[in-house]
Amino acid sequence: MKRHALSTRVWHWLNLVCVVVLFMSGLTISNAHRRLYWGDWGFSAEQAWLAVPRFPDWITIPGYYSLAVARDWHILMAWPFALGLAFMWIAMLANRHFARDIATSREEWRPAAVWHDVVEHLKLHFEHEGSKYNFLQKLAYGLVLGVFLPMMVLTGMSISPGMEPTLGWLVELFGGRQSARSLHFIFAFAIAGFFVVHVLLVLLSGPVHQIRDMITGGRAQ
Amino acid sequence: MKRRNFLVAAGAAFVAGCNRIAESKAGKSLLDAAEGWHQGAQRLLTGRRALAPEYPKSAISPFFRGNGSTDPQNGDYPRHVEEGFANWRLEVRGLVDHPLSLSLENIRKLPQRSQITRHDCVEGWSAIGEWTGPQLAVLLEAAGLKPEAKFVVFRCADEYKGGRYYESVDIEDAFHPQTIVAHSLNGEPLPVRNGAPLRMRIERQLGYKHAKYLTAIEAVASLDEIGEGQGGYWEDRAGYQWYAGI
Repeated sequence: MKRHALSTRVWHWLNLVCVVVLFMSGLTISNAHRRLYWGDWGFSAEQAWLAVPRFPDWITIPGYYSLAVARDWHILMAWPFALGLAFMWIAMLANRHFARDIATSREEWRPAAVWHDVVEHLKLHFEHEGSKYNFLQKLAYGLVLGVFLPMMVLTGMSISPGMEPTLGWLVELFGGRQSARSLHFIFAFAIAGFFVVHVLLVLLSGPVHQIRDMITGGRAQ
Repeated sequence: MKRRNFLVAAGAAFVAGCNRIAESKAGKSLLDAAEGWHQGAQRLLTGRRALAPEYPKSAISPFFRGNGSTDPQNGDYPRHVEEGFANWRLEVRGLVDHPLSLSLENIRKLPQRSQITRHDCVEGWSAIGEWTGPQLAVLLEAAGLKPEAKFVVFRCADEYKGGRYYESVDIEDAFHPQTIVAHSLNGEPLPVRNGAPLRMRIERQLGYKHAKYLTAIEAVASLDEIGEGQGGYWEDRAGYQWYAGI
């Protein structure tokens, strides 16, 4: 029995490439119109809830300002991103990775238990008995897999004018196209935030061993 | 500081790798193919005649932003503005049985469609306005579209940064019920900013498809010989996707 199933490992690295390319090309797309709005419409500073800073070229794809090239990358990588996420959900429901390792029990939500987990994290104690992940890990992975990543797909489709005749109800649910665009931006940065914390915790908890296991599968403890 | 340099270097190497892929032949065809997958998927999920959302009058934006050309100064256009577009003609030509040349009065006398729709710019902003004009289908049927016509090209009066604007759609979008030749915005003749005296509305695609300052509608079998062959001004110049439903 491996520590990480093959499906988890393949998806993890594929998703990393997708998220990085989508995020960096998304920054170029943001640079094309640096304001965010709520509701159906908005085009000037008066309607904006956020004036977005200009992202420097070096953290964007293609590394210089080209909305066309950035959109090319964005709509290409949207496919493996969305299909990969669907595949991961099917795989982790089928192999019980979700039920066994990610789903939380009611007990884990007790304030004392949550507090204990927070304190252990802050002390950088990552060993935990019984289940593979502790509560904060389960919560983070559950939120990313169940909310942040799917929301990117759903809000992304809602911004597409060609999808709206079919997905009009979804656009309305988000509060209009400009709201969907704002949510697309917010969840992109939520994923970026997860990425930073995730990489930091891997570095703090033995990066060689962690990365090796995510490639080879490692051994179940 | 060193760690930051490492991150910047790693980022730069990654971007350089992406650009090398994008510039390779295989990479280019993959990026182009993705556009086709989206078009295919959207057409599969969406009925040919399924409508973009239409809004109540209360949803109309107080001002309709103009983009690209907003006050063309080239050729005869300024003279037409002075004349109130009294001598403006719209040609319907190319692969049709009976080419047409229509005045604005001819166009206003055709059956009209009014629609309050949302305009989505490729840059990201949106505005809502009420557009009025005949359906493109009415014009194409009157002219008698030949069966070998596969695309409809929109010719424009404006030059933008040294090039003549044009756009194109396929027959499916040309015959969509919301594809209209608009002469009015919010019940008034189109402002110059928004494409006076005539502009296209292609409601299921992004703003750059909605050609302004319309002079001719041309039915063609292929886009290869039009402009630089990519189907539109921005497609030729900047590499924008021809299918702008994404």
